[in-house]
Amino acid sequence: MNISFWLNGVYRHEEVNPDMLLLDFLRENGCPSVKRGCETANCGLCTVLMDGKPILSCSTLAARAEGKKIVTLEGLQREAKEFGSFMANEGAEQCGFCNPGFIMNVFAMLQELKDPTEEEIKEYLAGNLCRCSGFVSQTRSIQKFLKYKKAQEGGE
Amino acid sequence: MLKIKSYVKVNSLAEAYELNQKKSACILGGMVWLKMGNRAVSTAIDLSGLGLDSIQELEDEFVIGCMTPLHDLEINEALNTYTNGAVKESLRHIVGIQFRNCATVGGSLWGRYGFSDVLTMFLGMETWVELYNAGRVPLTEFVNRKKDNDILVNVIVKKVPISICYLSQRNSKADFPVLTLAASVIDGDARTVIGARPGRAVIVEDEMGILKNFVNRRPEHQKEAIEAFAQYASEHVITDKNMRASKEYRSLLVKVLTKRAWEAVGGMKYEY
Repeated sequence: MNISFWLNGVYRHEEVNPDMLLLDFLRENGCPSVKRGCETANCGLCTVLMDGKPILSCSTLAARAEGKKIVTLEGLQREAKEFGSFMANEGAEQCGFCNPGFIMNVFAMLQELKDPTEEEIKEYLAGNLCRCSGFVSQTRSIQKFLKYKKAQEGGE
Repeated sequence: MLKIKSYVKVNSLAEAYELNQKKSACILGGMVWLKMGNRAVSTAIDLSGLGLDSIQELEDEFVIGCMTPLHDLEINEALNTYTNGAVKESLRHIVGIQFRNCATVGGSLWGRYGFSDVLTMFLGMETWVELYNAGRVPLTEFVNRKKDNDILVNVIVKKVPISICYLSQRNSKADFPVLTLAASVIDGDARTVIGARPGRAVIVEDEMGILKNFVNRRPEHQKEAIEAFAQYASEHVITDKNMRASKEYRSLLVKVLTKRAWEAVGGMKYEY
């Protein structure tokens, strides 16, 4: 079957099998940042944005991308680099396998919650599992990033 | 592994209903549960082009499209004002935001899953489901119906005066619940719903009228009634064991959560 959609800002026409998962399509089409993790909709490694909302690409058929805007980490390189430096400074990147899904959900959170508290950050990111960090350094990196962004906005 | 032979994004409910009469056809919800099974689907029917993904607040009811993601319910101001935040409380513990952006209210209720927070919550309100062929059916009746080839189109929540509290117990955050509970006074009538027993959610029949006229009782009488009903519920609700908890633990939880929820409904305690 044929589908048309935007992938990281580029309009594409593709032929996909009816049961092809979005995760598989993305990995085969230049988006290796999208990781295959638990495949039981629990770990958040495969998180991508669909029309701005974070979804699990392991549980979404590629066919459902029809007419939608899909964004992966490959489409947010500049923003990811900026936030990534805060993660690195706090030692939150660790093995790195969960980072792309985690970063995608952080960006989704910043769109939905303007000034999240620590509790709200933890709750929003509850669906992103990390087996290295224990989440403390990740939370710290987000809080420092938020502070930096606020200072930047205040200075403008 | 889920295998799909053909995929149809339908243009109407009539088209969907016709395609769904074949036994091997399947209406797609959010797919988070469907995808986990081994199933060969001849025709996957996608309703996502029919505009059934919104929450409408009318004068006397909420009309929630079957394709509405759980996260949209969670952040819907009108629904949460009506339930004093109980809808949000029932959903916010389910896995993660990404999961709740995929899972739909229609898929959750159609499946009548034992573990469902959603089913417990909606049974705690005056809820009806609108089926394409059978029309509007009370959720209390729908929950015990055998699955057929109809289509759940909308979920209707009647805006009757309600006071409701939702509680759940989990072994770890974001896991399946070990027990779910909704306690409510709907237009003056007390209702207690218990789910994840681990069987599907049930309404606790108050055959002895322990909670009768609950809201109009004096606080000391409310406390006595709560104690008595919590004991009654733990003795009458059928529980069982699974990998998450034993039967005995669940029965104990029935007593504890029933007491806590009714204390919240009665205004004695607000947070646990």
